[in-house]
Amino acid sequence: MNAADRLKLPPVVMPEQAPAERIHNVREVPFGFTPEMALQEAQRCLHCTNQPCVKGCPVGVHIPDFIQAIESGDYLAGIGIIKQTNLLPAVCGRVCPQEDQCQKDCTVGKAHKDIGQAVQVGQLERFLADWERENHAAVIPQIPPASGKRVAVIGSGPAGLTVAGDLIKLGHAVTVFEALHMPGGVLGYGIPEFRLPKEIVYQEVAYLTRLGVDFQYNTVIGKSLTVDEVRKDYDAVFIGSGAGLPNFLHIPGESLLGVYSANEYLTRANLMHAYNEDSDTPILRGKSVAVLGGGNVAMDSARTALRLGAHRVMVLYRRSEEEMPARKEEYHHAIQEGVEFHFLENPLEILGNDAGWVTGLTVQKMQLGEPDASGRRRPLPIPGQTSSVSADVVVVAIGNNPNPLIPAALPDLQMNKHGGIVTDEETMETSVPGVFAGGDIVLGAATVILAMGQGRKAARAIHAWLTKTTETAKG
Amino acid sequence: MNTIRKREELGCNVIRYVVDAPIIAAHRKPGQFVIIRVTDHGERIPLTIADANPEMGTISLIVQSVGKTTHEMAMLKPGDAIHDIVGPLGRPTHIQQFGTVLCVGGGIGIAPLYPIAKAMKEAGNHVITILGARTRDLLILEDDMRSVSDEIMVTTDDGSYGTKGLVTDAIRSLVSGGTHIDQAVVIGPPLMMKFTSLLTKELGIPTMASLNPIMIDGTGMCGGCRVTVGGEVKFACVDGPEFDAHQVDWDGMIRRLGTYRTAEQTASERYDHQCSVGLDAKESQ
Repeated sequence: MNAADRLKLPPVVMPEQAPAERIHNVREVPFGFTPEMALQEAQRCLHCTNQPCVKGCPVGVHIPDFIQAIESGDYLAGIGIIKQTNLLPAVCGRVCPQEDQCQKDCTVGKAHKDIGQAVQVGQLERFLADWERENHAAVIPQIPPASGKRVAVIGSGPAGLTVAGDLIKLGHAVTVFEALHMPGGVLGYGIPEFRLPKEIVYQEVAYLTRLGVDFQYNTVIGKSLTVDEVRKDYDAVFIGSGAGLPNFLHIPGESLLGVYSANEYLTRANLMHAYNEDSDTPILRGKSVAVLGGGNVAMDSARTALRLGAHRVMVLYRRSEEEMPARKEEYHHAIQEGVEFHFLENPLEILGNDAGWVTGLTVQKMQLGEPDASGRRRPLPIPGQTSSVSADVVVVAIGNNPNPLIPAALPDLQMNKHGGIVTDEETMETSVPGVFAGGDIVLGAATVILAMGQGRKAARAIHAWLTKTTETAKG
Repeated sequence: MNTIRKREELGCNVIRYVVDAPIIAAHRKPGQFVIIRVTDHGERIPLTIADANPEMGTISLIVQSVGKTTHEMAMLKPGDAIHDIVGPLGRPTHIQQFGTVLCVGGGIGIAPLYPIAKAMKEAGNHVITILGARTRDLLILEDDMRSVSDEIMVTTDDGSYGTKGLVTDAIRSLVSGGTHIDQAVVIGPPLMMKFTSLLTKELGIPTMASLNPIMIDGTGMCGGCRVTVGGEVKFACVDGPEFDAHQVDWDGMIRRLGTYRTAEQTASERYDHQCSVGLDAKESQ
């Protein structure tokens, strides 16, 4: 098929659960492409020589190559191509912000002057990963003889899983320490089931277990074991403990009953299954829920609130629609499901009754001024314009900072002013020799793919460190 | 496997378990706690570590059966296992030679108080203990506390044992009798801690209190255990569980403990009227 014909093909519409139905369950919203749909979407790729999609991918997945494999029907080869650079395609295909990465500069989108027309790289990635999982086609790689070296990975989120996967394949012994009773970090406690079925995460972990990775749950490094003990028992340490420290607004009323951090709200709903009426873990099922913030976590919280039976769910965001950091897909899904968006509204105070329960919020109307340090236009209050909103549950989703537990337990670690661990950009090595770090504990709350990218770099550098070769970690 | 080695009824619905948890036993310090899940579908609840035996690799947990999860735990017998135990969590108690240390315990709060009193004693302090209960049958760990205290007093609301009255009455009489106290530690029902704290503030006695708010992860990730201390929001799981009692916003803390009360009420009410160890207001007022 020539380029002109390819450009004429419309994007394949992803089949999804209808909004009215899906707000009553926690099943995944998009059903995924059928092989026919995947073929049709794959045919839209122009296989351009400059490959803007690959440049846009934080881990440089060879996108046109795997799309070519789909077109030729060789799914096994396709998934193999993805896995050369991305250990968790089933996850990334679902949660990556493709419109800011691979799909952003896609030539097809550019040709149509509409990013919405870009080749749906994420959906194709998901298709191959799901095919592999559903057909039990995951290839167990040939693992070289044991190196005799031991690596400790702290945290089983996307960064830690990547490091574990890469290093076990190089013949090193890997133990992953996880504080919670289940693996996945934010993939497990944070991202809701309807966006990332937990079974996918657990199967990825099961795959790593088959390769020989040892997972130790309920183990908080810095508490259950000291960092020094871990350093003594292992030849190298990777810290991937994430951005589990929720920010609050520090406005009056944040301690009222019914005010949750998004982390608590989502953890109760996801990890602890509070969306099941008969779950042992309780959650307040608000009738009218206000979510504060405009990122993916805010979208996840708002859509979770609907699934917990809320009649009205509002997202209050202090900037406008344009500045909102959430993925477009999540925003659209939220709108389809009936979430109300209140832009340019900044909460001033959370209101409560005499018994201490939340009753609503006072909000300040904002307008946009000059761009601030983030490059986005700064929201400024419009004097005299405040209003009140009623709500019986408030979810604060304004971001997370790196979790301070490990840094507190290893005082020699050099930290930045945001509480993140300072690392070498190429090797991810920290100020402590033999200790590496990556993911949100370095980046602050970022994305799954960036965490995986750092995990990959760290794994390469750890391997070099362990084998004490002169091979450069820059690859 | 967190296998249960020993089960012992301490009183009405209060059970002491000795459980295999070698890593925790080796690392725990007085004042720290664990989070457990009884079953693979259970909720996560915090429990204080009452004692530990690093040689045997065991820890002691004391649980009062007041809700579904604690009921399930109370059904466990030696040989059974607790599905998950994570810890030790929280900061250990600041132990030093203060001089005279007053340990005030009420209800099930006596369980976490015991290792602290023991450590205070070992650090060379003169330890005075005051234990409070509504009635004699509800008093736990008296012998253990006696073994680590230089002086001990017991108060019961109904006068069935020790002195009739409240722990605050005993503190007053102790101080008015001329006893100088350098440091107090109070652990018990929230209202008891609040009123003890108000009194020791008035008396100018530095006081630590150990809080047991609602928690999930215990690593600072969820913020559910937040409490206002000295006007600042703190997370009890990582900044605590012990705080300067005089700085704690007790009313806010007590209110947040009631977040899920409606859901839990049915189960706990049934037990409250027959054998509460004083988790409600009556004990201290």
